[in-house]
Amino acid sequence: MALLEIDDLSVRFATNDGEVQAVNQVNLSVEAGETLGIVGESGSGKSQLSFALMGLLARNGRASGNVRFDGQQILNAPPKVLNRIRAEKIAMIFQDPMTSLNPYMRVSDQMAEVLTLHKGMSKKQAVTEAVRMLDAVKIPDAKGRVRLYPHEFSGGMRQRVMIAMALLCRPQLLIADEPTTALDVTVQAQIMTLLADLQREFGMAMILITHDLGVVAGSCERVAVMYGGRIRETGPVGPLFAEPAHPYTQGLLHAIPRINQDGDELSAIPGSPPNMTQPPAGCAFEPRCPYRREGCDSQRPPLEVFAPGRARACFAPLPDVLARQQTVHLRDIAIGAEDPVQEEATPMAAIAGAGMAGTPSKVDE
Amino acid sequence: MMTKPLLDVRDLRVTFQIRREGAMPWSAPLPLHAVGGVDFTLNPGETLGVVGESGCGKSTLARALIGLVPAEGQAEWIDGRDLIGLSPRQMMKYRSDIQMVFQDPLASLNPRMTVGQIIAEPLRTHHPGLKSAEVKDRVKAIMEKVGLLPNQINRYPHEFSGGQCQRIGIARALIVEPKLIICDEPVSALDVSIQAQVINLLIRLQKELGLALVFIAHDLSVVKHISDRVMVLYLGKVMEIGSSADLFADPQHPYTQALLSAVPVPDPAHDMAGSVVPLSGDLPSPMNPPSGCVFRTRCPRAQAACAEQVPALLGQDHRTACHFPGPLTDAEIARARNIEAA
Amino acid sequence: MVIQQDKMQSLATRMSQDEVKGRSPWADARKRFLRNKAAMTGLIILIGVALFALLGNQFAQWSNEDLDFTVMGQVATMGMPSLENGHYFGTDDLGRDLFARTVQGTQISLMVGIVGAAIAVIVGTLYGATAGYVGGRTDQIMMRAVDILMSIPYMFVLILLLVMFGRSIAMLFLGIGLISWLDMSRIVRGQTLSLKNREFIEAARATGVPSWKIIIRHIVPNLLGLVAVYATLLVPLMILTESFISFLGLGVQEPLTSWGALISEGAGTMNYGTLWQLAFPLFFFVITLFGFFFVGDGLRDALDPKDR
Repeated sequence: MALLEIDDLSVRFATNDGEVQAVNQVNLSVEAGETLGIVGESGSGKSQLSFALMGLLARNGRASGNVRFDGQQILNAPPKVLNRIRAEKIAMIFQDPMTSLNPYMRVSDQMAEVLTLHKGMSKKQAVTEAVRMLDAVKIPDAKGRVRLYPHEFSGGMRQRVMIAMALLCRPQLLIADEPTTALDVTVQAQIMTLLADLQREFGMAMILITHDLGVVAGSCERVAVMYGGRIRETGPVGPLFAEPAHPYTQGLLHAIPRINQDGDELSAIPGSPPNMTQPPAGCAFEPRCPYRREGCDSQRPPLEVFAPGRARACFAPLPDVLARQQTVHLRDIAIGAEDPVQEEATPMAAIAGAGMAGTPSKVDE
Repeated sequence: MMTKPLLDVRDLRVTFQIRREGAMPWSAPLPLHAVGGVDFTLNPGETLGVVGESGCGKSTLARALIGLVPAEGQAEWIDGRDLIGLSPRQMMKYRSDIQMVFQDPLASLNPRMTVGQIIAEPLRTHHPGLKSAEVKDRVKAIMEKVGLLPNQINRYPHEFSGGQCQRIGIARALIVEPKLIICDEPVSALDVSIQAQVINLLIRLQKELGLALVFIAHDLSVVKHISDRVMVLYLGKVMEIGSSADLFADPQHPYTQALLSAVPVPDPAHDMAGSVVPLSGDLPSPMNPPSGCVFRTRCPRAQAACAEQVPALLGQDHRTACHFPGPLTDAEIARARNIEAA
Repeated sequence: MVIQQDKMQSLATRMSQDEVKGRSPWADARKRFLRNKAAMTGLIILIGVALFALLGNQFAQWSNEDLDFTVMGQVATMGMPSLENGHYFGTDDLGRDLFARTVQGTQISLMVGIVGAAIAVIVGTLYGATAGYVGGRTDQIMMRAVDILMSIPYMFVLILLLVMFGRSIAMLFLGIGLISWLDMSRIVRGQTLSLKNREFIEAARATGVPSWKIIIRHIVPNLLGLVAVYATLLVPLMILTESFISFLGLGVQEPLTSWGALISEGAGTMNYGTLWQLAFPLFFFVITLFGFFFVGDGLRDALDPKDR
């Protein structure tokens, strides 16, 4: 049995501009000790997926479906159960460490609080344990620095403090939501190495949510690519990067400039991401897809397994996609006036938005 | 040098006066050297990439070039005029030649103005005599050029997506037909698929209009892709500058090498952990930079001499500011890892 | 070639396409405001009160200055609100028609509130925006001046002014206007400081737009939301201040009156069983304050949609 099983998870937000379908019928599982990467652009629903798991959705959000952790149903579980699980079994780290650190409390007090509350340690034991954890995340002079306030650490160190805090209760699963997006590359490399080391050391599973395919390639075993609130492709990282089977994955991989390659023009994906207040009837990627065909705009492709461990949601025949036999030439559209503005334009908040909804307001609870 | 450079910057310095915490209002503020003596040239139609981590002064450099923050030193424009220290009235003439594209696509557009008004503002400022009909025509033409529908002229910024907002920002910069556009992290707030659109647009426009670009970014892959030459900054100083091909293939400065090694590669076969050169410690405070070479506190190759003398930027086309340039040896990388692990 | 032609064709059609009308942030805010029930109730109440002030005299049977000698001396028994003798709200202690008096009081109080808030909006916004945008020493001097003015106990100064130069409406406006803009200028300055570093201001500066144009074109429009909210909350504050002064007996002078003066009179005669003398002015006073607060809240929600 998998450590975490997500079954038919959907997340909806009620906003003034109508219902936003942030996540739609997602099925995923995470084995113990495994690293799963969830990749998507802003508004793809990847963050809301993790907020739903943790019961951290904004007030106007509703999640439906089944999520079992270690066999126990945790989706929409009572706060008491969720609190226990959040503290001891599943931990989460965020893009901005300051959202989960209290600026007016010393790091030692914040970390000790978690332990005294959930592990029943004495204050002294708890602080010793906190120092040990700060050592584990390679903060130099942990003993001296534990007395500092969060703002006295640099960005990278702060992220380390947050990781140390998340690991205090030795969780079985760590959800990392864009943990390195705000950091410089050199610091990012350090944090990613650290996370990999810690994962091995503690034997925990990790869900890494990011928009950066480079980060995913370097640290994940399996990847799920999300677009428009749905999973488009899943598979082990090697084959998925080598032979992307979904047009979106393919487009994404070709759109990134690479440091180890030369090339003149990037093959951009024309158009803009869909507006999730008015989700398209068919495949959400259809307007931007070079492989689109009849029916793509009216029917949603189901996620189908096509090779061991790999699945994709696309109507275009697999050999066509792999051979890059495109049915529509989109380049000309791209040069003229690509993204037509949606008729009843939606404020950014509704698209990205749902992305913002949960983050700051909920975490400090 | 064969052609006369469009912009010849020599020893450009930007110093901020920082008030000490808790100090009395009359006590002297401390200087912070955000940009500490930068030299470079920029030829017409060329793209200069500027990379460095946060706090390296790359954004301040951009703002100094465009006159948003006071600077010292020299920045000679192609007509022989030094842009530093010009009075606002004298500067006005050059403001239409140098335009800027900002990082945050939405925040750089006034939410209370229509797209047409936003794009027209530089035009109205520099050519106050133009008739409204003509302004409108030119705005529409430029919108078409950057891939926006001209009939969207009366819409407001919040009705557009991030990528489209950045196109509006580019249109605003282009409308006065500048010779140089300074792009301050123009794509770092955009999604990957949109980022590629904007980069392609910039490259296309540059070729079409013969623009020079100063392209500031923290993403080295993007900089490599778009730049002819690249300049690496650290703590307000140039570490290395050279042609894009040279600098990425054969980086001489230890900092450049560490920076390049840390860039994530979207290829699972790439051994990230095996190639990265870790930098020990944190970025020193710019209020109190290390003596000698500013990078020496984190350099795997630092020696006693590095603390004493500031390294000069040496070389012909590919210039490096390091006492001991050259590729890092395996032993040095191993030593850097050990420091990091300890 | 064909493609080229196609492109030219499509370009021509696009150029000639009808311009789409944008949805301005103001239109958005209006929509949100109209959907807010509490705010709409408040607005309707305010419109009602304003109509009462403007048209009330048309319906009054009595002038606000005439004494009704039939009820004089026996106000408690004869001066009750009644439709028959035309004293809809009853009479005051001297036998004057309370309906007409309340209309007049409403006019004066609303005027004080609106003029006070208007001074605050105009002076405070320009002062604060200038201080915030220019910054540096100018800002220091301008804001220290505000600090000094604020540290003076204004009620004391106001009372002194009214005593020294005599009680007049003009003096009241002057006094209230003098103090009302201080808070506004501080709030506006704070907001300007945060706006000033926004990239669109930088973009305008980089293009060489002159400072005063930046203030007028970029800063003030983006402040208006905040200013509108604060102004609607300032009006009741001004009304309260005036009422307090009038209640002390230093406000408007007879035969003029205001809510504060009427309430003060009504409260004085409460014990004689003429409760209506307190009830009617108080009713208008209270619903107006509620109205303004509801509208202010609604405006804030409409103009600052962060919590959506």
